[in-house]
Amino acid sequence: MMAEFSSMAALAPMVCVTAAAIAAMTAEAFRTPGELMPIGPLGFVGLLGAAAAAFLLWDRHETSFSVVVADNFGLFITWVLILVGVLSLAMSAEAVERGRLPAGEYYALMLFAIAGMILMAMASDLLVIFLALEVLSLALYVLTGIGRDSPTSTEAAFKYFLLGAFSSAFFLYGIAFTYGMTGSTRLDRIGSVAAALATTPTPMQWVAVGLLLVGFAFKVSAVPFHMWTPDAYEGAPSAVTGFMSAGVKAAAFAAFARVFLVALAPFRAEWIGVLLVMAVATMTVGTIVALVQTSVKRMLAYSSIAHGGYLLVALASANDVGAGALLFYLLTYGVTNLGAFGVVGLLEREGRPSRQVRDYAGLWSEHPSLAALMTIFLLSLGGFPPFGGFIAKWYVFTAAIKAGYVWLAIVGVLTSVVSVVFYLRIVVMMYMTPAAAPVRLRPIPPMTGAALVASAAIVFYLGILPARVLGWAADSIRTMF
Amino acid sequence: MPFPILTSLVALPIAGAILLLLVRSDEGRDRLVRNIALVVSILVFAETLLLWSRFDPTSADFQFVERHAWIPSFGIAYAVGVDGISLMLLVLTGLLTPLALLSAWESIHRKTRTFCVFVLLLESAMMGVFVSLDLFLFYVFWDAMLIPMYFLIGIWGHERRIYAAVKFMLYTMAGSVLMLLAILGLAILHLSVRGSYSFDLVALYGMPIPGHLQFWFFLAFALAFAIKVPLFPFHTWLPDAHVEAPTAGSVILAGVLLKMGTYGLVRFAFPLFPAAATFFAPYLATLAVVGIIYGALVAMVQPDLKKLVAYSSVSHLGFVVLGIAAMNMQGVQGAIYQMLNHGVSTSGLFLIVGMLSDRRHTRLIAEFGGLKTVAPRLVAAFLMVTLSSIGLPGLNGFVGEFLILLGAFVWKPQMAVLAATGMVLSATYMLWMFQRVNYGTVSEKNVSLSDLSRREWVLVAPIVALTVLMGVLPNLFLRPMTPSIERLLNQVRRGAPVEVRASDWRRVDERARGWRARAAGSNMTPAARSWPRVNACRSQSRGELPAKGARRVGTDASPRDPLCARVGGGA
Repeated sequence: MMAEFSSMAALAPMVCVTAAAIAAMTAEAFRTPGELMPIGPLGFVGLLGAAAAAFLLWDRHETSFSVVVADNFGLFITWVLILVGVLSLAMSAEAVERGRLPAGEYYALMLFAIAGMILMAMASDLLVIFLALEVLSLALYVLTGIGRDSPTSTEAAFKYFLLGAFSSAFFLYGIAFTYGMTGSTRLDRIGSVAAALATTPTPMQWVAVGLLLVGFAFKVSAVPFHMWTPDAYEGAPSAVTGFMSAGVKAAAFAAFARVFLVALAPFRAEWIGVLLVMAVATMTVGTIVALVQTSVKRMLAYSSIAHGGYLLVALASANDVGAGALLFYLLTYGVTNLGAFGVVGLLEREGRPSRQVRDYAGLWSEHPSLAALMTIFLLSLGGFPPFGGFIAKWYVFTAAIKAGYVWLAIVGVLTSVVSVVFYLRIVVMMYMTPAAAPVRLRPIPPMTGAALVASAAIVFYLGILPARVLGWAADSIRTMF
Repeated sequence: MPFPILTSLVALPIAGAILLLLVRSDEGRDRLVRNIALVVSILVFAETLLLWSRFDPTSADFQFVERHAWIPSFGIAYAVGVDGISLMLLVLTGLLTPLALLSAWESIHRKTRTFCVFVLLLESAMMGVFVSLDLFLFYVFWDAMLIPMYFLIGIWGHERRIYAAVKFMLYTMAGSVLMLLAILGLAILHLSVRGSYSFDLVALYGMPIPGHLQFWFFLAFALAFAIKVPLFPFHTWLPDAHVEAPTAGSVILAGVLLKMGTYGLVRFAFPLFPAAATFFAPYLATLAVVGIIYGALVAMVQPDLKKLVAYSSVSHLGFVVLGIAAMNMQGVQGAIYQMLNHGVSTSGLFLIVGMLSDRRHTRLIAEFGGLKTVAPRLVAAFLMVTLSSIGLPGLNGFVGEFLILLGAFVWKPQMAVLAATGMVLSATYMLWMFQRVNYGTVSEKNVSLSDLSRREWVLVAPIVALTVLMGVLPNLFLRPMTPSIERLLNQVRRGAPVEVRASDWRRVDERARGWRARAAGSNMTPAARSWPRVNACRSQSRGELPAKGARRVGTDASPRDPLCARVGGGA
């Protein structure tokens, strides 16, 4: 009896989150119109439960049904996702209230998405990864279009859904070919069969690896499969965009790393070239296209594409430093991006124009603390010390140089210099350009404010005292390699 | 545990900045805010003086060293220390920050609190750059420093401030990211040679680096520093940044920030990559000499006072780089001395230009004239600073430039001759400017200009006193730096045959053989021997054909490889 129960242990974080999601859904169903219910806090409880479960599972390497594995790698990503979830919930509270969004559905969908992401991070079977991918994607399609009255939001959701479904088909096809080639969907078995097959490359291997690569590339919005990103990011409510950009990247890159660095590692010779080209294209296209954006959310969307490129560099390096860099980067990027979108969301609610970069003019004199927070997030995204973004980039470039890809690191640092141009453009607007018309901002809601300050504190912490988290990241990959 | 004086130099300004953020920011509290900032910066200055008094001038080692693990898994430590080269620059930073704050007393009225916060943060980062003994820590301070300076120029600057601020930021970043990669490369090299990552400067000083890596690492470092100096042709950000920055910004920019480029060459680029440094020194010197003459010529035709001083900086910093490239005692002593001189006299010039533009709200030379009769005390101070900038014997500028020319003459006489024309040209443009501003008839607009106020007396008095003191008693400042410079020169010489010219083929060979014999017995680790390129170079310098195996692994070491000749056995 005990043994069977313990085989379920790896599922515990997901179960906590899913339970909270179901509770939120039920609460919404029983709620009389106008009745106030603490549905958001319910989500916090679920996430905290998941965090506690992940803490207890640390270093125990539990496996459930031999398809979900709670190794330290998955648990680190789980923590990142829980952190992203907590911050997103806190930043959403005000948006939900103001936008008259259906609270129960909103929170339930967000929690289901997190559950899917956690499952994706821990799955060790291609079919389970696909299942998790669909769970999180479906929830996100709906979340993107949750502002049902807004045409842009609906359009974004529709685009996201179409392209997402398209990419899922690719991924599924890739699974089918991989199964046909190796006779299994379990990553460990694929790995051992692939090692035997790698000596005699066949067209089937190319097709299988290629289709899986395309499927993942869509999800992490790598160039040339990034087209959906700007539209989806721009149309979705800002809180959802922040959540999406941080959470999906973390979950998808976790699975990406598991599949390619572990199961398909024997085929490295076949995918490494494509991955390198993709990394370079993603960094440069993301950065250069972001330069010419006038809409803040589109600019941040392209910037997040570019950051996907740095993550691909870490992945392509395929050494211990690279995997650690991947984890640290996902954490830093997630928190920073959430913060930036949080500020964008706060400005949206004022009923003043806030879509364009020039609408940020004079924000400093109106609201110095908000401007300072935004500056911290932007500088961290740009990779300045003493913020977390610097350490993250440094880690990624160390991995690239150690793997011998010096040219890749050079492209990386140069694009990150270029990226400073568009991050600074917002800073210039906020600090150095007077506002066209005086704007009075309402006071920041305490919940959102606390979440933003917490994000900024984390960004500082990761930049100034990164040793502990770097240590965790290094511990997390030890079980994988 | 002794008092961590260097950490406190870095931390005290940050503490002051945090204190300022806690003060309520009503408009009426400007005075309080300014006073807090000033007191903090004066305390920091006092601390640097204390540091100087307790510094042991006979020792060449790093002193007051503090070392704490920071990111142990990558061998990154919080390691700080000071030697004779950085000591004086710390004192200079400590002196100029309160002066910069004081110069803004009446010209900055907008957002005073934020201004003071940024100046203090900048001071902290500058101190950090000069005390870092860990390359990673150094890079963090080096890059972090850009942020407050960017805001100082961008918010409180003049008309084209945004352009200048962004240009400043991008130029400096573009140079420094490649240095970051070189730093990473060094750490990974340390991993492969010694078995662990290290960013520790002292550990890396003693590490053999193969020639082709030295070549690229040196280029990456030198580019970052050349942009910061700024060396011709990377100087175009400087006039913009200087002209658009507020007086306080210009003072710090000219006084301290430009020194970081030359400091970086002395501290990092030359001793870390001695063979490459020797190879590149003539090229650096050529750029420096071009900069000396070009800067002077361009300064001559500037209608704007600030722009003139900015171009004169390009010229003066060229002297510093020339002295460093010479890599002999006089040259390097002169270079470091000239860094201090330039810090004092150019800051003085910017302060005085700031006073003039506070009064007249213009910086055009043509708008002034005949100030001598209107504001004689101001003009007297102006004269002292101008003469010191020209390099009049008896004032500070002379000592530095003389030593540099001496060093350069010993090394490459033609460079010294060309550079000397820069001194003549500097007399031309400075005196001509001085004459147009201060002599002649007083125009209507200038009649009512006031003379020095009490605050301005406090500003110019230390500058003028220093120009005289440094001109009369140079040994007071040179003595503490001499042992450290000697150590630096030994280090560069140990790794590269400095006194040898390329034509002296045979002598290179003899020397290389001598070093090899010494190195074989002492500090060569087995791992170091395994670098194929070095070994190939070595056998080449012995005049033997590489063995079959060596040829296979070391194909990249072609006989034409210029570094090969210089690496010798000393890598």
